[in-house]
Amino acid sequence: MSNAATQKRALSAVLWDYLTTVDHKKVGILYLIGGGFFFLLGGLEALIIRIQLIKPENDFISAGLYNEMITMHGTTMIFLAATPLLFGLMNYIMPLQIGARDVAFPFLNALGFWLFFSGGILLNCSWFLGGAPDAGWTAYAPLSIQSPGHGTDFYVMGLQLSGAGTLMSGINFLVTIVSMRAPGMTYMRMPLFTWTTFVTSVLTLFAFPALTVGLFLLMFDRMFGSAFFDVALGGNSVIWQHLFWIFGHPEVYILILPAFGVFSEILPTFSKKRLFGYSAMVFATFLIAFLGFMVWAHHMFTVGLGPVANSIFAVATMAIAVPTGIKIFNWLFTMWGGSIVINSAMLWALAFIPSFTIGGMTGVMLGSNVADYQYHDSYFVVAHFHYVIVGGVVFALLAACHYWWPKMFGRILHEGMGKLAFWTFFIGFHLTFFIQHFLGLMGMPRRYWVFLENQGLDTGNLISTIGAFFMTFGTLVFLVNIVYTAIKGEKAPADPWDARTLEWTIASPPAFYNFKQLPLVRGLDPLWIEKTEGNGKMTPAEPLDEIHMPNGSILPLIMTVGFFTASFGFIYQTDHKAWLIAVYAGMALAIGCMVIRSLKDDHGFHISKEELEREAD
Amino acid sequence: MTENTSTNKINSFQKEKNKDEMRKQIITFALMIFFTMIAFFAVGMGISSMFVIPLILILAIVQVGFQFYYFMHMKDKGHEFPALLIFGGIWVTFLVGVTFVTIIWW
Amino acid sequence: MSHDHSLNPKTMPEDPAKATMEGKHKFLGLWFFLGGETVLFACFFGTYLALRNSTAGGPTSQDLFGLDLVFLMTVLLLTSSLTSVYAMYHMKNNDFKKMMLWLGITALLGFGFLALEIYEFAHYISDYGFTFRSSAFGSAFYTLVGFHGGHVVFGLSWLIALMVRNAKRGLNLYNAPKFNTFALYWHFIDVVWVFIFTVVYLMGMVS
Ligand code: HEM
Ligand SMILES: [Cu+2]
Repeated sequence: MSNAATQKRALSAVLWDYLTTVDHKKVGILYLIGGGFFFLLGGLEALIIRIQLIKPENDFISAGLYNEMITMHGTTMIFLAATPLLFGLMNYIMPLQIGARDVAFPFLNALGFWLFFSGGILLNCSWFLGGAPDAGWTAYAPLSIQSPGHGTDFYVMGLQLSGAGTLMSGINFLVTIVSMRAPGMTYMRMPLFTWTTFVTSVLTLFAFPALTVGLFLLMFDRMFGSAFFDVALGGNSVIWQHLFWIFGHPEVYILILPAFGVFSEILPTFSKKRLFGYSAMVFATFLIAFLGFMVWAHHMFTVGLGPVANSIFAVATMAIAVPTGIKIFNWLFTMWGGSIVINSAMLWALAFIPSFTIGGMTGVMLGSNVADYQYHDSYFVVAHFHYVIVGGVVFALLAACHYWWPKMFGRILHEGMGKLAFWTFFIGFHLTFFIQHFLGLMGMPRRYWVFLENQGLDTGNLISTIGAFFMTFGTLVFLVNIVYTAIKGEKAPADPWDARTLEWTIASPPAFYNFKQLPLVRGLDPLWIEKTEGNGKMTPAEPLDEIHMPNGSILPLIMTVGFFTASFGFIYQTDHKAWLIAVYAGMALAIGCMVIRSLKDDHGFHISKEELEREAD
Repeated sequence: MTENTSTNKINSFQKEKNKDEMRKQIITFALMIFFTMIAFFAVGMGISSMFVIPLILILAIVQVGFQFYYFMHMKDKGHEFPALLIFGGIWVTFLVGVTFVTIIWW
Repeated sequence: MSHDHSLNPKTMPEDPAKATMEGKHKFLGLWFFLGGETVLFACFFGTYLALRNSTAGGPTSQDLFGLDLVFLMTVLLLTSSLTSVYAMYHMKNNDFKKMMLWLGITALLGFGFLALEIYEFAHYISDYGFTFRSSAFGSAFYTLVGFHGGHVVFGLSWLIALMVRNAKRGLNLYNAPKFNTFALYWHFIDVVWVFIFTVVYLMGMVS
């Protein structure tokens, strides 16, 4: 499709195209748009929290609203911003990196996106319908059982929907990587971002079911009168904490591993060297994932699990620092002696290393169960996880945006604005969160609406809020950059960075079938091999032949509308049984779509050889 | 297309192989029923729980092993990744099980 | 282009369920999904184990459970696992009629299991007043066993849909993977049940 033709198409046609798409690239972009939107929303909530804490005993917002803010900020950032943004990148980039034409289950891929998005919308509907969830992003029982109104019900149903979407994507990525690699792309030739996608998907597969179960129990207790967390009937609220963290700790690795993958692509590219210790990197990724499943109770040290359990989990927790350290050193050695290019993408990557290391270090401190009795639920913990999540994940997302923007949108982001956004955000980040370590050590608890004056907390909080404004400014500059680039940005060639992996061998943005002929992969960093040993072009692994592609479908969207309606029904049937009609109608719609999907044959379509020959490279 | 090139007739050899396989499946089934009966009997006879609980758990694990390896063909080749993920799931199951019987705090 | 997906004895691949790309994907995808389902049930089992004695003065597992009914249910479900193996055996031999016959038997056994389960629940509710809301034990019991029952319902609907849709079409490379994934799912339901009868019923009667 030529660019001119695209511009002429009416807006509605483009819209319809995206609503029915099953193309992994478009689904990826949808994830980026959806995740980006929720990221801004979560950022706004963060800013409101910081304004409330700018001075002692402030009353910018009420205590109740404050609780809603912190709950929605955490929930939004983890489930609706960080995870989907990463899944969007994986969706777009991973198939290109392994030389595939799509993911294994394109239909499910689209469904996964719509479920995530509807879950996010559902959650945010609560703002307008009597109040958002206010029991913290961790929704600990019994607080979450007793929280009045429907806020927590929205939390339950919203996360259930988006969680189902995430799980589907995880399975999809796994099958794609196992069975759709191009000829010659053996496992140990896969780029690190693909590897981390793989391991992240494994974690998703094992972690999200625990959340699903926890949410079901919470839903049954809140909506159907069961007694899982009701002590009067023998219930036990610690069950929620376990289920939540069996999910929750692997979830933080679901976030950080793809971030590691991003940096493992960017650092070699801009150091003009292959990744140092590739196999150690792969191994460390697996080790982190494995250990990551055995440490969840470090979030529960103060619950009183007993000294034996606490010690075991403390040791396991600290052990994770070892493979993480391996990675840090490998990145440093990758740069060692390389001819380093410093641009926006690289700046984010460089800033990541020290920032994340600080977060890892405080992590080990927290992992010491005795010390954690002091740190727990203080601002020290807040500082820790923001260093790892912002310094790790958000930096990675921004780095990835600068790095892959040309591939995804065909234009290069403006360097000047990129650097301005970087410096303001980077400085703001450390201003905001570094001081929080000390606020925590001085005894400031997390999640409190106000603090008293003259307790040594005033200046620290003021600095922290000023930092938040710097970060806001940086984010706005990045947004302006996006708009500017869309209008006036420099057009990107196929390989703007002189890079190493397969995604840079095809046009920017790629044709909808990605690879006209599947490439033959001759080793790690296949493009680089062809640049140094061949003619700089991939050798095709197959003759030019017709390509089989899946059909688009509106069913994923309609199915999601069904589940969305049913969720509303579930939430409100506690008020009036008539809402059960919404449950039945919504489920009928969703199941109807499933039936249509499975009964109607869908063999996809073929792009003919002639058509492919007509297309320019 | 590929589906027609990689084909061959179902010859008598193939049929025989399938039959052989089926014979093993029936033995598997007989063993599974047998294990089930032992488990129910052991409980029905009221043997001490110190002995009977480990026994029935082991029987269940063996039986599930049969189900996975024979009925679901995990023993055949091409099942490396399925096996990997099932064992991953079993590992998490083990962790969850141990946790919920030991450190659910009252 | 014509894409002849139909099977006849001359063009029969060794394993029709995995002969196409889509078939292979379905096969892998379902297995991976089962890995996740393992964790799902693990969490329900864990919750049940933690709450099985939290009867809040209501009926206990010893009061409620009886061996005969559970044994019957077990035999029905185990047998249905075998019959679905038979169905897949006939699929590999390209004998569509026999495959459908055995799938039909599988469905009947599944329905038998479901009927007994409904009877069991009704019995607990009407004779013991033991419900989902009676105690934490009640909640955990009905949730665990009910989720398994829900899987049976889903499996049966899936099976019926497949059988009806393909009744007149015979076996081909497009639908063979669908039957195969169903069979895998059905075996997994049986796997879960083995642990339910052991951990919930048998252990519940012992301790
Ligand atoms: C060296 C690696 C790490 C160690 C040893 C570690 C350790 C810990 C510990 C012990 C806590 C509990 C503190 C408390 O509540 O008292 C904690 C909290 C947290 N960590 Fe980490 N962590 C590490 C890496 C990460 C990473 C990579 C992420 C995310 C990308 C992360 C995200 C979080 C979050 C979100 C919390 C707070 C959860 C809450 O209570 O709301 N951590 N960490
Ligand atoms: Cu953790």
